[in-house]
Amino acid sequence: MKLSTWFAAGLFTAVALVSTAVIAQQDPIAARKDLMKANGRHAGVIVKMVKGEEPFDAAKVKAAFDQWDDTAAKFGALFPDNSKDGDTRALPVIWSDRAKFDAAIAKFKKDVDDNRAKAMSGADGLKVALAAVGKNCSDCHEAFRKPQ
Amino acid sequence: MMLRKIFPLAIAAGALAVAAFWFLTEPKVEPAAEFASPHTADLVNGKTMFDIGGCVSCHAKGKEERTHLGGGEPLTSPFGTFYPPNISPDAKDGVGGWSEAQFVSAMRDGTSPSGEHLYPAFPYTSYRRMTTADLRDLFAYLKTLPPVQGRAPPHDLPFPFNIRRLVGGWKLLFLNAPRFTPDPAKSAAWNRGSYLVNGPGHCAECHTARNFLGGLVNDERFAGGPNPEGQGWVPNITQKRLGSWSEGDIADFLKSGMTPEFDSVGGGMAAVIRNTAQLSDADRRAMAVYIKSLPPIDGPARPPKK
Repeated sequence: MKLSTWFAAGLFTAVALVSTAVIAQQDPIAARKDLMKANGRHAGVIVKMVKGEEPFDAAKVKAAFDQWDDTAAKFGALFPDNSKDGDTRALPVIWSDRAKFDAAIAKFKKDVDDNRAKAMSGADGLKVALAAVGKNCSDCHEAFRKPQ
Repeated sequence: MMLRKIFPLAIAAGALAVAAFWFLTEPKVEPAAEFASPHTADLVNGKTMFDIGGCVSCHAKGKEERTHLGGGEPLTSPFGTFYPPNISPDAKDGVGGWSEAQFVSAMRDGTSPSGEHLYPAFPYTSYRRMTTADLRDLFAYLKTLPPVQGRAPPHDLPFPFNIRRLVGGWKLLFLNAPRFTPDPAKSAAWNRGSYLVNGPGHCAECHTARNFLGGLVNDERFAGGPNPEGQGWVPNITQKRLGSWSEGDIADFLKSGMTPEFDSVGGGMAAVIRNTAQLSDADRRAMAVYIKSLPPIDGPARPPKK
């Protein structure tokens, strides 16, 4: 590959990364919603595998766990002070008890990482792993999100 | 002269009104005779009633606690803060010393063993639809749980809600649901679902809007409304909103808390799912059959978002 192609690719990646960061900064509410929607899409794939509606597919399991890890890494930064109000169901407790919120994100990340190998091991392991990871979804939505 | 005649009349009329109010707001109790013959308790059914009834959601401390029912966790409402009581079988602080008639009077009439009105934060408005056999099984099941010592603090309610006798007036207006009777034109599953949803499940208590007196707006039953426990909105669960959900979707949701769009439900419903997850597949399916049959109706309009 020519140096100029490398350069163009590098530039493109840099621009993509920066613009993602800028979008997140400009509209953190939209950014966190996008992450959550993607989490749900991946969860849907996993649930279908656990129910036996779709065959076990290690690549899809990996994609889901990568997605959730990515969310855990980014999520905490998407709740700046200026994103309390607007089109969001985020509860004020996120800002009034930030330590609790951060701890919940850290627990989510730990559960994703601790269950990754088990999930990749096959359908039976995936079922156990999904239950462990999925509990974080309802626990956080119970504590930090309005009903609707 | 005129005044002298009217004055005693006014006093008499006032006294009569007070007497009438006192008479009409007298707490009702179930006749002890109904419980004279011994009941062979079905503890499995008692646990089912316990789980669908959601007892732990208010009477237990902590999300994972399902057996120690010491009460005392604050329950906030527009009328003040309630502290649900100890309903563990402790003889001194819980329900260990209650008779079956006293227990059923609480569940059906909202009357405590000491003859006081209980506040309708305790959903006896729905529980009164339950059959006597189910209530007796539930009471028997409660008695198998570990006794917990200690009493909840008194409710923290501003005037006039701190006057218990006024609850008697509220009951005249809103405590009128009949005992459940099956509809022979409908399937067994539908009837089971209707019973679980309207009776022990008390779904309408949050999924129906309330008027300014705190009574359910019956024309908008199950059509959602402002969250009575705090912020946000409780969704419409008639076919207006759930038209795209299949019976299987609803049954799965009651087990896992996952919507068909794979959103994991939160808020107060997360606690409900911990209860419905304990039920049999057949009971969850029956609830789904019934919910799927609710005609589409509009609830109150949501205030615009900020």
